[in-house]
Amino acid sequence: MKRVLFALLLALSAPAASLPVWAAPLEGTFADPALEARAHGLQRQLRCMVCQGQSIDESDAPLAQDLRKLVRAQIAQGRSDVQIKTYLRDRYGDFILMQPPVQPDTWLLWLTPLLVLGAGGLVAWAVIAKARKIPDSGEPA
Amino acid sequence: MIGELGQLSLAFALALSLVMANAGLVGAGAANNTARRIASGATMGLMVFCLLAFGVLTYAYLVSDFSIRTVASNSTTLQPLFYKIAAVWSNHEGSMLLWMLVLSLYSGTIALLGRGGERLTSAALGIMGLLSAAFLLFILFTSSPFLRIDPPVFEGAGLNPLLQDPGAVMHPPMLYLGYVGLSAAFAYAAAALIVGEPAQSDGWVRAARPFMLMAWITLTCGIALGSWWAYYTLGWGGFWFWDAVENASLMPWLVATALIHSAMATEQRGAFRTWTLLLAITGFSMSLVGTFLVRSGVLTSVHSFASDPARGFFILILIGLAIGGALALFAWRAPKLQDGVPFQAVSRESALLLNNVLLMAALAVVFIGTIYPLALDAMTGRKITVGPPFFALLFGPLCVLMMVLVPFGPRLPWRKGDLKSAARTLAPALGVAAVAGLTALAIASPKSAVGIGAFAVAGWLIGASIIELRKRRGARLTAFAAAIAHAGLGVSLIGVAGTVGWQSEALVVVGPGETLTVGPYTLRFDGVMERDGPNFTGKQASIAIMDGTRVAAVMRPEQRIYTAEGQDVSYTAIRTTGIRDLKLVLGDDRGSGRWTLSAFVSPLAPLIWIGGLVMALGGLLSLFARLATRAPKPEAAALPQAAE
Repeated sequence: MKRVLFALLLALSAPAASLPVWAAPLEGTFADPALEARAHGLQRQLRCMVCQGQSIDESDAPLAQDLRKLVRAQIAQGRSDVQIKTYLRDRYGDFILMQPPVQPDTWLLWLTPLLVLGAGGLVAWAVIAKARKIPDSGEPA
Repeated sequence: MIGELGQLSLAFALALSLVMANAGLVGAGAANNTARRIASGATMGLMVFCLLAFGVLTYAYLVSDFSIRTVASNSTTLQPLFYKIAAVWSNHEGSMLLWMLVLSLYSGTIALLGRGGERLTSAALGIMGLLSAAFLLFILFTSSPFLRIDPPVFEGAGLNPLLQDPGAVMHPPMLYLGYVGLSAAFAYAAAALIVGEPAQSDGWVRAARPFMLMAWITLTCGIALGSWWAYYTLGWGGFWFWDAVENASLMPWLVATALIHSAMATEQRGAFRTWTLLLAITGFSMSLVGTFLVRSGVLTSVHSFASDPARGFFILILIGLAIGGALALFAWRAPKLQDGVPFQAVSRESALLLNNVLLMAALAVVFIGTIYPLALDAMTGRKITVGPPFFALLFGPLCVLMMVLVPFGPRLPWRKGDLKSAARTLAPALGVAAVAGLTALAIASPKSAVGIGAFAVAGWLIGASIIELRKRRGARLTAFAAAIAHAGLGVSLIGVAGTVGWQSEALVVVGPGETLTVGPYTLRFDGVMERDGPNFTGKQASIAIMDGTRVAAVMRPEQRIYTAEGQDVSYTAIRTTGIRDLKLVLGDDRGSGRWTLSAFVSPLAPLIWIGGLVMALGGLLSLFARLATRAPKPEAAALPQAAE
């Protein structure tokens, strides 16, 4: 539907105005939207190490620009996301990964929320169990 | 002279805060009216001197008194009047003075309202006095905004251009009203533990709830403002970055949210007494932790202007004393509280308990994710990044679970509820959810499972709120308040889903007359012009939104170089239809009239902040309802408690 409309629009406007000159995509942009989306997704998972918490997708720092080129070159070579991340992690360390890997020194990080949730659930269960046993005198709430 | 007047006011305020602490705590004992009157008077004095100090500093900015260091480094004569005033709290020293001013205003409010009886008020003022003394010492010894420079400079260095913006101006006062509002809840909780009786009769909760609500409302607004500012200031298409500074404001908000829910059960039913006390202590602790993160310089980020270790150390001691002291008091007094009221597994009480468990788990995610990389680095020197994917993975599911459960809470009566009848009442909301999900499935592209799910959950929340509003026609205002706040959550969720699921962007290099498309828009780049302002030189692009061959509108993103500060800042241009934003960011000059340009289309983005406002509105309604109906007399409050 959209495509038909667009074609119609194009056909109607073509005689009236000269065809627009299209802006060039930024250097390194993939022509294939799927690849481009994949590149963005991957860039968002990699930290610009000289920036303040930005990913290389967001940052304009020279390092981020270089890393973007590198990521895109590797995607173009047909390497998988995991391969690219491993490649970068081997060179720059865990710091480059926006999502910390699960390993002995991050167990506490990953487990704490689950422990709090579990402990909270248990305590809540115990509190409810206790409250159910208290005889209800029917005093006004 | 004027600077010394400010410094002197702070010294007087310090003396008065010590009087307030002493007299307030003495007055907490039985029948000591003199001490109470002294505490009250000292509080008024504290307020006056804090206002005076703040007024003096503002005056120094207005007249551009560059013999005062903070003025010289944060203002210029060229700065517009509005930003001269905003510059007062744009920096560490001034913002701490603002914090102190807010603390004194809350203290004054506690003294004037006198909620919860004389002994409780007196003890609360004592605690506020201790906090005030600590902050005043902090300001006077590590962060005085009144220090002189010799010789004075002719022109100041100017306000960070990123902060010369209405959103950035309102953000800190809002957040501080929230942070410090939690200090009032903290003071009441500690006071209740000191006095004893109000903790048992829950008089303290009744007294403190307006402060909790106020803190929650202002934190909600402050966070929304901060997120909005980041969204339109920063040159990419996000609204929340899980930056440590953002997390620092989210943590007190999560606790405040848990607190206003738990306090409801305590106030209405006498349930979860010890837990509500502990939450009130935790809430302010999170405010302090947030302050430490932002103000000590342990993080290096846009917000951290301070990087003096003495300050961090001082705040750490303060955290230790406040939290340690309060917890010790809690450990000593809380076990004596009777903390058991009857309720069934399916009841309002259980629902609130579940709400608190989930909120605490969410808090744990944010807390550990923020602190862990710092702690690991400090202890082992190993650097890891805990970025958005971590938070999305753990925080997201908790939020969704919470939102799915929210509508049940208000539908369950106290003591004993019926899940079936609640489900029956809520059934139409399920229909709304299905319609919302299917609509998203039908019109949105690309198809995003998360987006469709989010739409369904939002429909569920909003539908349930509408049911709630209809069911409670003629009921108390507070019932509507909850429904509105919960609906706001749904509205925000729609905005988040739209922005995360269906944002489109175009990154291009354009020359004059060239065209690009992004989302449904066709844009024509019409070149860049010089445009200078009073304190900056600028380059402004002119970009036409095309409607066929007609120009529908013109947008002007720009880049400015602030001369005094020597900083260049990119200003995005945003055009909103109320349900969709188009954002343009002017990038680099590529020569011969060509520039890089980023364009983002964020469907539904405005709803993120509209939802935040709706939530705050719900809070305000609850606050007004509470202040309008007079608090019951203490005798009536001290109903006989159910036997253990």
